[in-house]
Amino acid sequence: MLNLDDILKEAQAAFAGIDNPAELEQAKARYLGKSGVLTEQLKQLGKMPPEERREAGARINQAKDLLEQALKDRREAIQERLLQAQLTQEALDVTLPGRGLGVGGLHPVTRTLQRIEGLFRSIGFSVAEGPEIESDFYNFTALNIPENHPARAMHDTFYVDEQHVLRTHTSPVQVHYMQNHQPPLKIIAPGRVYRCDSDVTHTPMFHQVEGLWVDEQVSFAELKGVLADFMQRFFERDDLKVRFRPSFFPFTEPSAEMDIGCVMCGGAGCRVCSHTGWLEVLGCGMVHPNVLGHVNVDSEKYLGFAFGLGVERLAMLRYGVNDLRLFFESDLRFLRQFN
Amino acid sequence: MKFSENWLRAYVNPELDSERLAHALTMAGLEVEALETVAPPFDKVVVGEVLSLEKHPDADRLNVCRVDIGSGEPLQIVCGAANVRAGAKVPCALVGAQLPKMAIKQAKVRGVESSGMLCSESELGLAEESNGLLLLPADATVGQSIRDYLGLDDNLYTLKLTPNRSDCLSVAGVAREVAAVTGAALSLPNVVVVPASISDRIAVVVDEPAACPRYCGRVLKGLNAAAATPEWIACRLKRSGLRPISAIVDVTNYVLLELGQPLHAFDLAKIQGGISVRFARSGEQLELLNQQMAALDSDMLVISDTAQALALAGVMGGQASAVSDTTVDIFLESAFFNPDTIAGKARRLTLSTDSSYRFERGVDFAATRVTLERATQLLLEICGGAAGEITEVTAELPQRTPIRLRVARVSQVLGIDFSAVQMAALLTRLQFDFAEDGGAFQVTPPSYRFDLAIEADLIEEMARLYGYDNIPALPPRGSLNMLAQSEAARGRDALRALLTARDYQEVINYSFVDAAWERDVAGNDNPLSLKNPIASQMGVMRSTLFGGLLDNLCFNLNRKQERVRLFETGCCFTQSADGFIQPEKIAGLCYGNTKPEQWGEVVRGVDFYDAKADVEALFWPWVPRFESGSHPALHPGQSAKVWLEGEFIGWVGTLHPKWQQKYELPAAPVVFELNMAVLLSGRVPSFTEISKFQVVRRDIAVVVDEGVSVQDLLDGMSEHLPGVVAELALFDVYRGKGIDLGKKSLAFRVLMQDTRQTLTDEEVDAVTAQLAEVLASRFGAKLRN
Repeated sequence: MLNLDDILKEAQAAFAGIDNPAELEQAKARYLGKSGVLTEQLKQLGKMPPEERREAGARINQAKDLLEQALKDRREAIQERLLQAQLTQEALDVTLPGRGLGVGGLHPVTRTLQRIEGLFRSIGFSVAEGPEIESDFYNFTALNIPENHPARAMHDTFYVDEQHVLRTHTSPVQVHYMQNHQPPLKIIAPGRVYRCDSDVTHTPMFHQVEGLWVDEQVSFAELKGVLADFMQRFFERDDLKVRFRPSFFPFTEPSAEMDIGCVMCGGAGCRVCSHTGWLEVLGCGMVHPNVLGHVNVDSEKYLGFAFGLGVERLAMLRYGVNDLRLFFESDLRFLRQFN
Repeated sequence: MKFSENWLRAYVNPELDSERLAHALTMAGLEVEALETVAPPFDKVVVGEVLSLEKHPDADRLNVCRVDIGSGEPLQIVCGAANVRAGAKVPCALVGAQLPKMAIKQAKVRGVESSGMLCSESELGLAEESNGLLLLPADATVGQSIRDYLGLDDNLYTLKLTPNRSDCLSVAGVAREVAAVTGAALSLPNVVVVPASISDRIAVVVDEPAACPRYCGRVLKGLNAAAATPEWIACRLKRSGLRPISAIVDVTNYVLLELGQPLHAFDLAKIQGGISVRFARSGEQLELLNQQMAALDSDMLVISDTAQALALAGVMGGQASAVSDTTVDIFLESAFFNPDTIAGKARRLTLSTDSSYRFERGVDFAATRVTLERATQLLLEICGGAAGEITEVTAELPQRTPIRLRVARVSQVLGIDFSAVQMAALLTRLQFDFAEDGGAFQVTPPSYRFDLAIEADLIEEMARLYGYDNIPALPPRGSLNMLAQSEAARGRDALRALLTARDYQEVINYSFVDAAWERDVAGNDNPLSLKNPIASQMGVMRSTLFGGLLDNLCFNLNRKQERVRLFETGCCFTQSADGFIQPEKIAGLCYGNTKPEQWGEVVRGVDFYDAKADVEALFWPWVPRFESGSHPALHPGQSAKVWLEGEFIGWVGTLHPKWQQKYELPAAPVVFELNMAVLLSGRVPSFTEISKFQVVRRDIAVVVDEGVSVQDLLDGMSEHLPGVVAELALFDVYRGKGIDLGKKSLAFRVLMQDTRQTLTDEEVDAVTAQLAEVLASRFGAKLRN
């Protein structure tokens, strides 16, 4: 019988010198295989006298355990080394740019509209819509602007035919909505509007958001409250100054023009506010009883307020855009700035 | 409305400086658009009289003047102006004067002492340019400060008046408003009645009393039309932006600005017979004062004599009866024309006059006669002559019925507690006629206010005088109900988010486009056109969004963009017998490579199927059908109609090569356009049981003719699709080696699953065989393998 310790030492040395899994398995066969050195030892146990057999068997099994442990350790070590090699080999330059599609973006007017809608939705306004080719009745008459009224001259109107215009404001949506819904009503109506006017500060198409709140208890004080709140939230300035001036719109009475403290210069006076410190941002007022009358809403029971604001104007102020016409040129270098 | 502050302050002088007065007007609804000074600051300039002058010994163009400045020894001043002459009264800047662009010092000019400077308008900052010295009238007081003499310590107010406030289209009207707003005392010019000193009269017949409820006129004879307009009138006119013309015209213009009542002076010698106020006859023409030959409509009111129309009532006088330098006798008219009669007439003739502007908004019908007296008084003072008796024809004037103004209603509408006492005080300041009537007031609006008809109008008056700024901004009250929110509805924002995530940039284009685009890209030869387009290339309403997107592509390619992916949502417009059709659409355009330039990717240009995938994504979870079709904008072999549940909803396709060539595009973009309405309906998800049994996959590969569409094969197989088929889809297309020319190999994936049991091989094979049989018998497909 060979010296088990020698076998053990020899095997452990052999394992330690092996670097790849296949060779290791061959080495294993040399010691633990069917005709391996240790297996041969076990086979010879039968030839031993019974009193020695037991002790020798135990010693061989112990050696076998040790050998298997050594094998396992070596196997793991090889696995680990291979894994490390793989990881090293697979390492990337993580600073290379990611691949795939780019991401587009929304038009700044859409972005602004979403913001406006979100703010008004947060106090329960829903969104209503109406057609862009509008009848004379809805665009003017139902809003208390009879034919030849000087207020019609304030609207440079595009005519499609004798009775139809491109809507000059989103106010007609008020009328459509009130025809189909009973008060209380609380809506905003965003959309495209058209005026036959084109220069540095006017484009023939632009966007407005009309707002309407009709209920038994709304007042001019609340109109002021809602709009002041809106402007402060829109510009994210709690200290934004606002003021209301008497004005004239045929469909509201009393009517007001709302100014905000100039967001460019903080009220000190600059080119944007014509050195007045104030910016005119919207028109508003209490809904004229004639407008309610046109849609059979009892103007004794219900009061309403309405407002209309220019979306491009707010977008220009919010993002510092200095030329209105950029919104409609579709220059990607401009549009991507809002992504 | 532009006027001098000093003129206003002659009538009402509140204790507010110019800025504060402007603010008070703005906050009362009379927006001050501009507040400018008449002259820049300067001092030590007085009226001087040139006593004598002699040539400068060493300079041909210079004169050495002796100038009297009213005190002390006359000054020696060297002057280079060509119009200097002995006896002239001119502005003289003294030594130490600080002028807008220079300081005046004792100086030697070419060796001659000069103690001051004679000034032109531009040197005083009164004009941009001037030619020579400012020559003052002979009666100017020598030594008086030029600022005082010319009234230069004055400001110009420009009001941006809203159309409802015609009562403020005069200085007296603004003064009345200032008095109401500030509480300051009002003192308007005292108008005296001028008694008739001659018996001349002209008969006046008003044929249209509804259009002209009041007409006053009188004859003035023996006027000196060449008399000089007094400086104070000329100055006020100039500061209101009017050029002095002649005494008679200037007086009528002045009174218009002063009191707001338009007047018209006819040359009496040009009037034949009596005056009648009538509507124009058909075909009647009138040469207006501006030499425009106006073709009159039958709803235009004219002032006529027995022979012809003399003036377009309330708009403009006629050339034939106009006053001139040689006029001696006039007929002076002051009338009240109904706003509805005048409204729109000037505009129809592309005119806007001070007269029509006021009449169509409403002129004080109680002041018709008074204004005529005022003008008479001034004309007699300036031009001499004598006045005849006023002829007045008055019919039914506008009613001013009392309006009930409830105290409680004011508080309710404005949201603050208003008391009857407060309201009475405000009504008094407004000089409105009112009476208290148990919790309310009966208020009769004055004749000069055309904007007060109902209670709401008076509530605005209360709010205006109380001050909008003094009304608190309150948070709204109301019941708190959640908004309805349909889960099945999809917002536009969700679609926009999907497209932006797929690398599209949103654009917004005008709804009006060039008619040529409509013809090219929509095949629309009869587009909906505007009656008054702003430009010819924006003359028609778009029926498709394609035109705008193509234009945007060209614009950006010209700016060195190589990859352009755009989308737009917006209405498109057509007309049918039933009216206008204006559906909202969503459209996209992709051009250039499928992905941005980057490492490690094979570069490939976008094609039809890339855009189709975007369209499919927009519809998901709905699956639209695509059917070959031809569209004027698109490549006939690479365009498809898109259908959903039997409804046609749009197009996807590659731009037609001929437009690619016409618009000089290096490659053809792929575009799509879909009706928005369909895309806005999503669904509420609904759970179905997940099968516990394995999915079995079988592939069927067949060779068919090129002409056979995949959709036809899928439709054929789906007609009698066994219930166990969970999915049937194409996953490979192959042409080339092993496949004959004109044929293609298609591979379909069939996923099968039963909810009750695991499928046996026999069952699976039977399904595959059935599908293969359909393909073979109906489409001549040959099974591969």
